[in-house]
Amino acid sequence: MAHDTTIQTAGHDEHHHESPVVFGFWVYLMTDCIIFGTLFATFAVLRNQFNGGPNGHQLFEIGGLALETALLLISSITYGFGMIAAHKNEINKVIVWLGITFLLGLGFVGLEVKEFIGLIHEGAGPDRSAFLSAFFTLVSTHGLHVSFGLLWILTLMVQLAGTKTIPERMMSKLTCLSLFWHFLDIVWICVFTYVYLASMI
Amino acid sequence: MSEHNTTSSGESHGSVSSYIIGFVLAVILTVLSFAIVVTHSLSPSATILTLSLLAIIQVVVHLHYFLHMGGHSEHRWNNICFVFTIGFVSIVIIGTLFVMNNAAVQMMSR
Repeated sequence: MAHDTTIQTAGHDEHHHESPVVFGFWVYLMTDCIIFGTLFATFAVLRNQFNGGPNGHQLFEIGGLALETALLLISSITYGFGMIAAHKNEINKVIVWLGITFLLGLGFVGLEVKEFIGLIHEGAGPDRSAFLSAFFTLVSTHGLHVSFGLLWILTLMVQLAGTKTIPERMMSKLTCLSLFWHFLDIVWICVFTYVYLASMI
Repeated sequence: MSEHNTTSSGESHGSVSSYIIGFVLAVILTVLSFAIVVTHSLSPSATILTLSLLAIIQVVVHLHYFLHMGGHSEHRWNNICFVFTIGFVSIVIIGTLFVMNNAAVQMMSR
């Protein structure tokens, strides 16, 4: 099968133990998970406090949501292909996959900003009701995370450009970003399920 | 068919096929979630329940195929942290819902 060759070419990281940097980053992600947990709890409490304003059923559009979800999901697998290329030391491929991931992520953030502007324009800004305050806080926290992830992708693309091999340190950085990016996709699963879809029933 | 490449140290990172399997599963689960809501094929409470179930399965799929969580001995501390966090977040969410609901009932505000 195809992965037998992968194992051969991955031989360069023999005796490679997962660095403490990656574990440290994992612990950071767990604290991030707690931030999102508290924001989800807040949203769950305030989700029906409309103060006479619009509810999610009236505000959310399923088409835009599906597109955002698709972009983020595809960006997850493109980053994964980037990691596979990185393990094979194919730097140009890594840069291309990171670039595709960046564009997909940028599309996601763009759609989200467009949605927010539309909502605020309709008078459904974060100051309208407790429901919308909780909604904007939770979803924009996720969006900010994605934006910082985009900055991180760009930084690594610049650092990778022109190098011949991927040193251990760079591999750690790529692995941390991979955890971050896939983690954000997991948070988005909870967002589209409990914030958007559950409001549209 | 093995789903992960494993280096001699036991560290796992995905292969093309494992990413594609994970992606296909994730797409199926996402489409199901959207379809249930769009078609209104279930009662509201059954919809919420099914959505939750699909979301949990999809989170597990992502953890396994994209974040490569598993029972490797090297990942032991990662897993311990993860279990602790899940417990912590569950207490925060369930506790908040319980306390706020109880307060609302006591104050007859709903």
